[in-house]
Amino acid sequence: MAEAHPVGFQWVMEAKRRGAKVFHVDPRFTRTSALADSYLPIRAGTDIALLGGVVRYILDNELDFREYVVAYTNAATIVTEEYADTEDMHGLFSGFNDDNATYDQASWRYEGHSQNRTTRDSETQRETAAGLENESHGAPVGGETERDETLQHPRCVYQILKRHFARYTPEMVERVCGIPQEKFFELARAWTENSGRDRTGMLVYSVGWTQHSVGVQYIRTGAIIQLLLGNVGRPGGGVMALRGHASIQGSTDIPTLFNLLPGYLPMPHHANHPTLDEWVNSIAHPGQKGFWGNARTYGVNLLKAYWGDAATADNDYCYGYMPRMTGDHGTYQQVLDMIDGKIKGYFLLGQNPAVGSAHGRAQRLGMANLDWLVVRDLFMIESATFWQNAPEIETGEIVPERCRTEVFFLPAASHVEKEGTFTQTQRLLQWREKAVEPPGDARSELWFFYHLGRVIRERLATSTKPRDRALLDLAWDYPTHGPTAEPSAEAVLREINGYDVATGRPLASFTEMKDDGTTVGGCWIYTGVYADGVNQAARRKPGSEQSLVAPEWGWAWPANRRILYNRASADPDGNPWSERKRYVWWDADKSEWTGYDVPDFEKTKPPSYRPAHDASGVAGIAGDDPFILQGDGKGWLYAPTGVLDGPMPTHYEPVESPVRNPLYRQQANPTRKVYTHPINTLNPSPPQEHSQVFPYVFTVSRLTEHHTAGGMSRTVSPLAELQPEMFVEVSPELAALRGLSHLGWAHLVTSRAAVEAKVLVTDRVTPLRVDGRIIHQLWLPYHFGYEGLVTGDSANDLFGITLDPNVLIQESKVGTCDVRPGPRPRGQDLVDLVIDYRRRSGNLVHRYPPMVTTDVADSSSDQEA
Amino acid sequence: MGVRSWFEGWPVYRQLTGTDPLGRGAAAKSDGSRALTARTDTADSMARSVCPYCAVGCGQRVFVKDGQVSQIEGDPDSPISRGRLCPKGAASKSLVTSPLRQTMVRYRRPYGTEWEDLDLDTALNMIADRVLAARDETWEDVDAEGRPLNRTLGISSLGGATLDNEENYLIKKLFTAMGALQIENQARI
Ligand code: SF4
Repeated sequence: MAEAHPVGFQWVMEAKRRGAKVFHVDPRFTRTSALADSYLPIRAGTDIALLGGVVRYILDNELDFREYVVAYTNAATIVTEEYADTEDMHGLFSGFNDDNATYDQASWRYEGHSQNRTTRDSETQRETAAGLENESHGAPVGGETERDETLQHPRCVYQILKRHFARYTPEMVERVCGIPQEKFFELARAWTENSGRDRTGMLVYSVGWTQHSVGVQYIRTGAIIQLLLGNVGRPGGGVMALRGHASIQGSTDIPTLFNLLPGYLPMPHHANHPTLDEWVNSIAHPGQKGFWGNARTYGVNLLKAYWGDAATADNDYCYGYMPRMTGDHGTYQQVLDMIDGKIKGYFLLGQNPAVGSAHGRAQRLGMANLDWLVVRDLFMIESATFWQNAPEIETGEIVPERCRTEVFFLPAASHVEKEGTFTQTQRLLQWREKAVEPPGDARSELWFFYHLGRVIRERLATSTKPRDRALLDLAWDYPTHGPTAEPSAEAVLREINGYDVATGRPLASFTEMKDDGTTVGGCWIYTGVYADGVNQAARRKPGSEQSLVAPEWGWAWPANRRILYNRASADPDGNPWSERKRYVWWDADKSEWTGYDVPDFEKTKPPSYRPAHDASGVAGIAGDDPFILQGDGKGWLYAPTGVLDGPMPTHYEPVESPVRNPLYRQQANPTRKVYTHPINTLNPSPPQEHSQVFPYVFTVSRLTEHHTAGGMSRTVSPLAELQPEMFVEVSPELAALRGLSHLGWAHLVTSRAAVEAKVLVTDRVTPLRVDGRIIHQLWLPYHFGYEGLVTGDSANDLFGITLDPNVLIQESKVGTCDVRPGPRPRGQDLVDLVIDYRRRSGNLVHRYPPMVTTDVADSSSDQEA
Repeated sequence: MGVRSWFEGWPVYRQLTGTDPLGRGAAAKSDGSRALTARTDTADSMARSVCPYCAVGCGQRVFVKDGQVSQIEGDPDSPISRGRLCPKGAASKSLVTSPLRQTMVRYRRPYGTEWEDLDLDTALNMIADRVLAARDETWEDVDAEGRPLNRTLGISSLGGATLDNEENYLIKKLFTAMGALQIENQARI
């Protein structure tokens, strides 16, 4: 955090100054480690084993915050008899289907629940990254649940959790992660001691957790700990995602993602959502509790925002215009389709996949096989010049005279040359004022897409083709101003916020939205940002003149709530858990919720409210159920549905690992998303043969002085000067073993690529004792490429493509490699080197790691075998 | 110059006798530096902005002189950053004024070996032509069972996390109406 989010880290230091204990877990010692109270080096890709150890420690010693756990989580809920755990199945859960490597989630459900028939099957969920829809709400569960609040029932979630994590002992943590037991105990003790009525602990993570084939389950494990300790919905608690781009949260909320529409509505699927009713019912699940009961309203408001007057009740608000998914249309599938010649045109909008995405060579060869490419950026990035300067030019794989891709480079306006909102990592929208005009041809994306749409609609004006109706009926009349006819960002923000059609009055809250076409709203979770016709995101009341919550700086979704689920900061009766942690509480005199923040609860619903037996929607949420977007109002220790790789996290090895899974026979995530394609070669891992050809573990991350793929930092002289060169950090032990000398060259080899870097021999990376042997880890920054003021090989070229099944994010925080002294070979010699490694590892004919390995017993895995 | 004023011009004397014993402010000033004023004082205008790099969202004040960005500083009013910026945020002025910034449209024709110039309006129209052609060539009306698809898989787009919400909104709206599904951004990686 001190490296990649330095100004955010000031608050960690502030907490430390007031007595908080700071722990840092990282494969590499960083500036964060230097300032932490305790640093735990870890083998990359084993965090679930560490966190699972903490879960076991909590449950074994009954250190959970029992009142919170019983009232606010699903610990007491009873699970069906059909459920079988990884304990009984060598690392698989019940319901695994070998044919398509997915789980039928039916046996995971709560007792008495029928499986929701409107839910897509697991394979479709994986193909469409359905887990992302849960960014704002839990997966559906229907009906009443059976509970045992004594937590003794053998099939209650609490007991299931206890059995599931029983083998995550401190010895096992040491064996898997390479973390000494005393270090583990120090962490577990501090975390539990610092949680309860009076104290809270916070968990902070970043892409070091998400970029794994089990990334979602990493975060699930963290969430389980935080729920057990009562650290969710309370000040100083939570699971905090540090995101890497100025508005990456905004571009997920208002998604430029294939499987989502604004506000986490799913993009329609051809088989599951042929009609408007089927689409909204699949989200709302009739009978379901919680705010998602209003899904029809959110969907209709979006369709009205898209198609305006053309969208009427009679034509199902133009739902028929929506394109339909048939499967995985994600960025990695696209790249393979580009290589296979299936895609004609590609827009790159401030993103540089030639450096920033996994398997850089695949990215560049894909771009070299298009009809046309439009690059909109501030700088001439690698993804614009692959036809001229890519490493594949040297190897002869790309020849400019034979590369047909037509490239348009369009200069973009910078953040000071346009106005609009970014949504930062805590869901806070901040409006930026425009300072100057963009230079030359530079334009905002707002300008480009508005005018592209205008030109396209003009071309089609006389078309009678049905397919063109969606474009011609589109509500696309934004006011423009100035010499370049820049569209009004504020007008767009007003549409996002939503308004009453008849009067034009901006909506103050999504609860004002109607499902009859009388209101319009482009992103329901953002409704309120333009309340009273005022741009709330532009508020700039100085922090020093406000409470710590600073509610009048910018605007946070939803409804300007700064801490989500903050009803949990009060006890079931509505009183603060303690004076020290007072935040939101029930004011009995006024009969309403009040506090320092906007209560994340219906304002006048008393703590004593109990829903009628068959109540659904918001009315189905009891007065002591803080998790109002969950189908049962509870925080989920156990996910009865919706998480594709299991109801609880399980340690699986990374897809590329030198180690046989010490916990189970099952080696890697059995439901991971695999792409079988000639370019996507993978290094072998146990129990496959030849994994010793790639004996070392490598990981990548950021430098303080650079930003992601370097397009905004290797081009900026002060930053380029501060970090001018690609390098690799190795331990003194590994340097001695492989003959690497400090400041000399080394190159890393995988079955995709060889990448060279200057050697930095340092104790910051340390060999770990794992399962009885020494594992060496290497670390590289991933910012470098062949353009800009400072250049170097791209670390992401080393990775293959394997994805998490829930959200289709790639495993690019851990892989295996070999390392050799000296610069890498050039030209054909480079190709030959990589081919030689593939030959030696038996991978010349593709042999993908097997999905299921439960039939392979060996001494190092599976205690029961 | 008298002896006294010569003596008082000596920084060590001012440091020992004045209000700045550490010699980090007034005592260290020379005639030259005394006459300097901050770029922020002489700016024509100031825009309230936000750092364009990471998602901490530090507040920035962008100072403008003669139509050019003359300084970018941390915004002390921000309850998030309290005026601080990290090396990247502090380099924002260098970012927006970098001599490496491309300000004109560049065009590489198929099989070309060099960049060429192209007029912005021409580029926009050429792109519109190509989008419509790619869409027509790859359009899918219905699936094998006759259910609607309304889409093209011939067009892709990547990027959005560095852009404004309003921009992402228009991008997604236009592409969706066009039937282009393959829209992705940095959140996927
Ligand atoms: S100044 Fe640094 S920490 Fe703050 S938003 Fe910018 S990059 Fe992030």
